[in-house]
Amino acid sequence: MSATTETNYHAGPDAVSKKKSRYRRVSKGRGNFELWSWVFMRASGVLLLVLVFGHLFVNLMLGEGIHGIDFAFVAGKWSSPFWQTWDMLMLWLAELHGFNGVRTIINDYTEKDRTRWILKGLLVASALLVMVLGTLVIFTFDPCLDPSSTLSVCAR
Amino acid sequence: MAQAANGTLYRGREGMWSWVAHRISGVLLFLFLFAHVLDTALVRVSPDAYNEVMEAYKNPIVGLGEAGLVAAVIFHALNGLRIIAVDFWAKGPKYQRQLFWAVVIGFVVLFAPFAIRHLTIVFTR
Repeated sequence: MSATTETNYHAGPDAVSKKKSRYRRVSKGRGNFELWSWVFMRASGVLLLVLVFGHLFVNLMLGEGIHGIDFAFVAGKWSSPFWQTWDMLMLWLAELHGFNGVRTIINDYTEKDRTRWILKGLLVASALLVMVLGTLVIFTFDPCLDPSSTLSVCAR
Repeated sequence: MAQAANGTLYRGREGMWSWVAHRISGVLLFLFLFAHVLDTALVRVSPDAYNEVMEAYKNPIVGLGEAGLVAAVIFHALNGLRIIAVDFWAKGPKYQRQLFWAVVIGFVVLFAPFAIRHLTIVFTR
């Protein structure tokens, strides 16, 4: 903030459009972050609609529905690179979409800087935990951990 | 421009309530995703650990919670499409109220068959 607030009568007509002008009110540091986060919410939302509806249909509507879900069911799905990729994409997009949504809500409702930074710290930590742990589980998972597995990939 | 017959009020009407429901369903889904990734991570511990937790979920109370979760997913997804229409379609803002009722109809069409199928499984095992 400049100490002098006197009007500069000699600024001339180009004073505002000049990049360094003190009359220019566009901030320089943040770039287009909020614009891209707005674009991301819409693009990831459309992709998630397909990914999540597909996930729910295959897991809850087909076969025995919710009661069919056990270790063997997960092993069957994640022995296929198709479902590993599907679930990884869904995990990342959903977590980043949720991260961005909760970030907006924190910005809307917190009044003290301290509260805002504590909540955002928890948000970043939880998002990192979910994405790192989830990705590791999808790709280091061993479907043959179950000795009674009947999956063909586990046949010796 | 909004006509007097349609009302010019945004607050307290379809526009505001769909915004409120979008926030609440979004936060709910975010919290669920956290729990869902942690419990699914048990497949990395042992088949028994995972199966034990999945068995504990197979009761009517959690079953009703799962129906509520799917309801939140369907509403959030359809209202998200409405938001995209309001943002990118020239006539979107004009028809945002009609779009809200389209979301409600789409919700019933998608949720009813799921609820019948899912709750039948949950309550008749």
